[in-house]
Order: sequence, then structure tokens, then C-alpha cells
Amino acid sequence: MQTDKKRRWLPKLNARLTIGLTIVTILTTGSLILPFFTTVDPAAQGTYMKNLPPSQAHLLGTNALGQDIFWYLVFAVRNSLLLGVTVSIGVTIIATSLGLSAGFIGGWYERVVVVFMDTFITIPVLPVLIVLGAVVRGNTSFMVVALILIVFGWAWNARTIRSMSLSLREREFVNMARFSGAGVGAIIAREIFPFVYAFMIVGFINTILFAINTEAALAVIGLSNVVVPTLGSIIFWALNYNAILIGQPLWIIAPIVTTVVLFLGLFLTSSGYNDLSAEKRGVA
Amino acid sequence: MKLLQYIIQRFVMYFLVLFIGITITFFLPRLMPSDPINNYISQVQARAGQSLSTEATQQLRDQLAELYGLKGDLFTQYTSYLARVARFDFGPSFTYYPEPVIDILMDALPWTAGLLITTTLLAWLIGNSIGLIAGYFNKRRWAGALEVVGIILYPIPYYILALVVILIFAYWLALFPLSPTFLPGPMSWSKTVSILYNSFLPALTLVLAGFGWNVLAMKALAVATKEDAYVQFARLKGTTDRTRMTNYVFRNAMLPQITALVLSLGFIFNGAIQTEVIFSYPGIGMTMRAAAGNGDYNLLYGSIILTIISVATAALVLDLIYPLFDPRIRLGG
Repeated sequence: MQTDKKRRWLPKLNARLTIGLTIVTILTTGSLILPFFTTVDPAAQGTYMKNLPPSQAHLLGTNALGQDIFWYLVFAVRNSLLLGVTVSIGVTIIATSLGLSAGFIGGWYERVVVVFMDTFITIPVLPVLIVLGAVVRGNTSFMVVALILIVFGWAWNARTIRSMSLSLREREFVNMARFSGAGVGAIIAREIFPFVYAFMIVGFINTILFAINTEAALAVIGLSNVVVPTLGSIIFWALNYNAILIGQPLWIIAPIVTTVVLFLGLFLTSSGYNDLSAEKRGVA
Repeated sequence: MKLLQYIIQRFVMYFLVLFIGITITFFLPRLMPSDPINNYISQVQARAGQSLSTEATQQLRDQLAELYGLKGDLFTQYTSYLARVARFDFGPSFTYYPEPVIDILMDALPWTAGLLITTTLLAWLIGNSIGLIAGYFNKRRWAGALEVVGIILYPIPYYILALVVILIFAYWLALFPLSPTFLPGPMSWSKTVSILYNSFLPALTLVLAGFGWNVLAMKALAVATKEDAYVQFARLKGTTDRTRMTNYVFRNAMLPQITALVLSLGFIFNGAIQTEVIFSYPGIGMTMRAAAGNGDYNLLYGSIILTIISVATAALVLDLIYPLFDPRIRLGG
């Protein structure tokens, strides 16, 4: 998603961004392309012999359900990333439009938006998802989880964007544009957006982290749709079958390592990009 | 007068947040394409075979509607729901019938509160101290190493940290039990010891998960603050590094960190739920998980409302004591 920017700034990439982008690129392309090379549904049980050790045919062995751990993991990374990106697109649209409009329109509109922002920042999203999961009794579809995460995820980013637009609207170049007769829409699009844009990318990546993390947490405690392979459901099944005690440490260690690497990659990308854009604009 | 205005505004905000949060938890499940009463009845029918008569089913349906507050139109339901929440009356628990939900929650609350308050304070103090040192001495090489610890710890989700802590301390080193066993009976010295011993791993998880962000944020703040003119002036006056770091840099750099703590309370609570479930720690999170598994809706509703109230109240308290930490605000001045 960032390849074109990568090329433009290639000579100036900082260490964090380089490591982060490498990890994210490998995991993203790998999990998106590899599924085309298998015809087997990784979630289907009893496809292979149970509890096979790692071999050429099964890179990470098979688990107690007769699934190939490597392929399950590939699909898990893909599904988790797709969920993360979907949620993040929704969150970025809502957060940017509400944050910018609140900062610029002000008055009662701003107060109402701020109250809702503070509310959604305060309410922990996991209990809400647990209650909804219980009401629909394990039929929580992936889309419902994504929708709830959007509803509860926008406030953080919106808060930052609002405070950015509050300080920006007092800057001289904005006043200049206003006195030249530009409308609110034109000012936001031409004068403000270039400043907010850098944060939007950082916020976008952080929201992917938030979404994958929350869905996985819900799955690990068994309250998401655990039939769909995600980074959480694979750990749910491994815990359920006591992977370590039955001598299958790879079943649980592989997803743990993958999650840590993916999250580290995403975080390094977002903070590296943040440093880069701050450096470029001369503001921290 | 400014301070009084601030306090009043903060209280108004507090009740608005509670009201909106409680309203959302009322309406959201009702938008879902599923009916808890039908779910429950089909469960009972599956258990009783075909022996349940239509009248008995209807009677059960009415009773459940009464119990869940699903009688009458949406507005009646909503007002009676608000009235019950205001009285902390969440009805009886389904699993532990007829024990009231509020009693179960009040048993679980001290566990979560004790764990969360201790670990959040520790994580904040340790994280900010490390970040302060790393930021103040940011030219030294070891300061970079301290930051790397923060970078690696911060993005790791709670449940992963919990599993890694279990793998290392319970499986590999076998220092701690896999799941805790708490002695029953009244408080005694041995019971206190067993609680501390059994809470150690969940607490370790929460502290590890909490301090990564504080290290990173405090380091950035300290780097920026130590270049400020008043710190440079203090240096020229001949103060020691230590005095400048704690009394000059930290006093100001800690303020955004208190705000950050207030904003992340909801997130910390999410982490507590995951940690409690993974360690079978008997707090609110574990209660919620069990209630979700048993379809105990009264207990679920009680816990989510208690959660919202707890988090909002913690945020309120932190915001109200904030002026005490701000060196620029003089009370009564």
C-alpha cells in the first residue's frame, strides 16, 4: 500500500521504516499470493495425518485436528490483514471527516462531536464485543466484528486530527487563504489536508494494529468466529488442545512469533514514517 | 474560579459519557439479527427433547421477557433499563440463580481493581522512569538500547504477552502454577501470600504490556523538554543532572503522560480482560467470559455497565487530581 512512496523516499528511509516496510511487505505479499498455490481448505479438519512433525510436505507439521499448521497460518495472516485494512479504511474516513469538520466548524457541532469522541475513547471495546458475541451466540460474522471495530475505533484518530486542525486554523497561511476568498472546503482540501495527510497514514497503520489485535483477542478467548483462520483463532485451537502438553509447541509458538513479527513490522513502519514526515516538515 | 469551572465541566462530561455509554449498550444488541430469548428457549428445548408443551414455552417466553426487561415497546424498555441501572439492579444471575448479579460483580470487582490499579501504577512509574533516563541521556549509546526495549514491547498484544509469560514461567521454568488456586475462607497471612503468588504472572503481563508506550512517549518528551530555556538556565545555575532530570524535565514532561494514561484506560481494561481469561484470574473479565459462555445476559449486562462506570470514574479521578501535578496551577491563586 505504500510502495510508490517508498520509491520516492528510498534514499532517505530511516532504519525503522526500512525494517518495518520489509517485514510488512514480505508478510503481506506472502499471505496474499501463497493461497493461490493450494487447493486445500486449511480450516478443514482431518485433511492430513494428525500431529506430524515438520517435514518438506508440512513445513510446520500438522496439528491435532489434522490441519497443516503452515497453511493455516498463511490464511490466518491474510484474513487478519484483510480485516485490519477494512476496519482501518472505515475508521480513517470517519475520523478524518469528523476530526476536520469539528475543528473547523466549531460551536455546538464541535461540542457534540467531542462528547461522542470522549465517550468512545472511554468505553472499552472488548466487553462490548463479548456481549454482542453472546447475543448472536457464536454466529458473529466477520463483517459484524469489523463494523463494531469501526464504530469503536474512530475516536482516537479523530481526536488527534481535531487538535491538529484546531492549531492549523490559526496559522497565517490559512488566514491568507481565507482572506483571498477560499471557501471552507477549499481551505481544508488545499491548505489543511497536506498536513493531516501524514498523520492519516500513521493512524491508518495503527488502526490496522488495533483491529487485528482486538479481533484476535476476542478469538483467543473463544468469542469471535473461531472457524475462520485468523491470528487469534489459531491460538484458540492450540490452547484448546493443550498444544504444549501434547508435544506440539510449534502449533502455538509459530502464531506467537508471526504475530510479534507482524505487529513489530507495522509499528516500526508507522513510527518510522512519523519520524520521516516530522523531519520533512520540520515539526515534531 | 477557573478551577471550579474545570471541575464542573469535568463532572458534566462524566455523566454524559456514562449516559451515552449505557445507552449504546442498550441499543447495540437490539440491532443484532438475533433474539436471546429464542436462543435460550431452543437451548431448553434441545435439552428437554419434545416434552415441552406450547403453553409452557409461552410461559417461559413471558418470564424471560420480564426478566430481561424486554416487555413493552422500546421506549418503556429503555426507561426502565435506565432506572434499574441507576439503582444498580441488574436482576438475578441466570447461572447462579437466584443470586443477584450485583453481588457476583462485587465479589469480582476487588480482584480486577487490585490487579489493575497496582499494575497500571507500576507500569506508569517504571515506563516513565526508563523513558526519562533514555531521553535525558539520549546522546549515550545505552539510551538507545533502553528505547529498543520499549519499541519491542509496545506493539505486542496483551494475549501474546500472557502466553509468552506462561510459556516461560509456568512451562519452561515451572516457577508458577498454570492456573491459580486461591485458598478459600477468611483473610489470613497464608491466604495473602497465595493471592500475591498466584497474581504474580497476570500482574507481570500487565506491567510488561503497559510500560512500552510510556518508555517511548516519555523519551520523546524528555528529549524535547531538556532543550527548553528554563532547563538550560538551571544548568547554568549549576544544578546537578539528577536535579534537572527529576525536578525540571520530569515535572513538565509528566503532564502529557497523565493525559495519555487517562485516554488509554479503556485499552488497559481490554488488556485486563484478556489477561484474566488466559490466567483464569477471578475478576470481572473472567466473570464476563463465563457469563458469555453460559448465556447469562443479566450478568453480562451488569459487568459491561460496571466496566463503563469503573473506567469513566477512573478517568474522572485522574482528571480531577491533574491540577495538583501541574506546577503552573496554583490553588487559590
